[in-house]
Amino acid sequence: MSHDLVQKVFLPAFGNPALNAGDDGAVLPAESGRLVLSIDSHVVAPLFFPGGDIGRLAVCGTVNDVAVMGAKPLYLTAGFILEEGLPLETLQRVVDSMRVAADQAGVKIVSGDTKVVQRGKADGLYISTCGAGFLPEGRNLSGAFARPGDVVLLSGCMGDHGVAVLAARGELGLETEIESDCAPLNGLIADLLAVCPETHVLRDPTRGGVATTLNEIAAQAGVCITLQETSLPVRPQVRAVCEMLGFDPLYVANEGKLLIILPRQQAGRALETLRRHPYGAQACQVGEVTEAPARRVLLKTTLGSTRVVDVLMGEMLPRIC
Amino acid sequence: MDFNASFRNPDLARGLLEKIRRSLTRPWVLMEICGGQTHSIVRSGLDQLLPAEIELVHGPGCPVCVTPLEQIDRALAIASRPDVIFTSYGDMLRVPGSQRDLFSVRAQGGDVRVVYSPLDALKLARENPGKQVVFFAIGFETTAPPNVMAVEQAKRLGIDNFSVLVSHVRVPPALHAILGSPANRVQGFLLAGHVCAVMGYWEYPPIAQKYRVPMTVTGFEPLDLLHGIWQTVQMLEAGETRVANAYSRLVTEEGNRPAQALIQRVFMESDRAWRGIGVIPGSGWKLRPEYAAFDAENRFDVAAITPQESPVCIAGQIMQGLKKPRQCPAFGADCTPEHPLGATMVSSEGACAAYYKYQR
Repeated sequence: MSHDLVQKVFLPAFGNPALNAGDDGAVLPAESGRLVLSIDSHVVAPLFFPGGDIGRLAVCGTVNDVAVMGAKPLYLTAGFILEEGLPLETLQRVVDSMRVAADQAGVKIVSGDTKVVQRGKADGLYISTCGAGFLPEGRNLSGAFARPGDVVLLSGCMGDHGVAVLAARGELGLETEIESDCAPLNGLIADLLAVCPETHVLRDPTRGGVATTLNEIAAQAGVCITLQETSLPVRPQVRAVCEMLGFDPLYVANEGKLLIILPRQQAGRALETLRRHPYGAQACQVGEVTEAPARRVLLKTTLGSTRVVDVLMGEMLPRIC
Repeated sequence: MDFNASFRNPDLARGLLEKIRRSLTRPWVLMEICGGQTHSIVRSGLDQLLPAEIELVHGPGCPVCVTPLEQIDRALAIASRPDVIFTSYGDMLRVPGSQRDLFSVRAQGGDVRVVYSPLDALKLARENPGKQVVFFAIGFETTAPPNVMAVEQAKRLGIDNFSVLVSHVRVPPALHAILGSPANRVQGFLLAGHVCAVMGYWEYPPIAQKYRVPMTVTGFEPLDLLHGIWQTVQMLEAGETRVANAYSRLVTEEGNRPAQALIQRVFMESDRAWRGIGVIPGSGWKLRPEYAAFDAENRFDVAAITPQESPVCIAGQIMQGLKKPRQCPAFGADCTPEHPLGATMVSSEGACAAYYKYQR
């Protein structure tokens, strides 16, 4: 069964010398610098949603985790947990989509594994991907490097992915034209770092949204991050869905957005570069880093008051009325 | 027109704040009834912008908060049964009963589902004839129409595997309880706009006159709230005890008569316990005998229970406007939204949760 899948589905889609060799592990050329590794497991219902699918998500999610470290992602490995009875066409669609995303990101899928579990045990299909890339000497990015005097940039609108998937589930009777923003960000990041090498922090705000990611950074660096409510980019359709359900777009997941923290003097050049790239066309400055209160994220509201922006607790639940 | 942005316009807000400031000659204590209003106030920081003379205290109008512990324990017992699909509004899932919450029932294999409308639960019942589908019908007057509609349709269509666990409460008896207390500090009320969209505001003038307290039907956006506060302050300063309407784009004096008629057909008045406050006479609704077949309390043997509330929690005093969340020793320490000790921290609309989230 698994052997058949390798021959008929995986090799034709992902084929490259390291994978085709058919050995237990991939032998790959190293580049100079330090190795960056990252792993992510992907579970999503439904498997296909406007703007993406679990395959595209599995490639982009891991590519982005490697890329935000400042590394150039080169290789992915992929582990598939398939539920018995998953239609072959479904798997084929997912695998084809992974190939398209991998090509777009310029990475190769060099090793894989497949396990089949009983029906009802795996929501159709789970995919874990591990990514590897090389970080040039002298380049260091970390949430711990955010400094007072830095500004916070965001590469585009918040919450598209979360709302697209929520609507695609069909449980809430929502119809929207919102598409997931699921995309590989390594190209955008390479452009940015070429002109702003002193960038301090890059992060992709996925689950828990911009609010949760910025709280992590504020805690890592021991700084305060203050957002301007009027600057936060949200599509009107996403805002409408969030208003109706009682969600805050600050907490809704993104899969193709980048948070950038860098010295204030570089903000103009960074925004110019980001906006030239299709994935950064709506980039804008959303906040700034200050010393106190340390480890806090604050929001200056439209009305001029200030409030705390906390991390997401548990899962988001639609409110009663 | 961006509907919401118009009601959050900072220039208009400044104008209203100035009007409020100019009409004040002394301090006043106002209570906003509804948890949605509390959240909007704290989220937009209106409490920081208002003149110091205006003290806002937070009312009992969070349906999730006031649902009594014993009713939550009944829900947990029913949801744990293998033959049941238990459905609920989303924010009830995190509310702890004596031992656990609906999330943990789901983690242990219970079929617990979030629905956005009770009619979705009714649909589930039709699609799963082999299962008992139970909807947790909680709320104030706002959620009563959809909840009674589901019961009415189940009866009409003969869907006998559907039932509701009712825990409905009403605002006017709660106002009597708050205003009748010797410890009461509230001098004016912002009435809950969406409750009044259903019920109108004809029930309130006798209460306003009896206790000599002005009230304003108020919406939920920052400008709605400022408008409501301004109207109430003007009445207070003039010594008037009327009921004004600052939410006329949604609310009329008589309200939604067909919805009120349906509620009367399916529900009857009953005494009801409010979590953190206790039993308020005539403050709830329960199913009329003609609809008893759809009452989950009758259908399932949910034995009497003696729930144990935290002895530290001051939720009851907070919901009566006697104390603020920060006056509780457990606030933010032993009591957080992740591990709530009591009513006002459990729901995203509770006053303690709002303070914790936005102003810790």
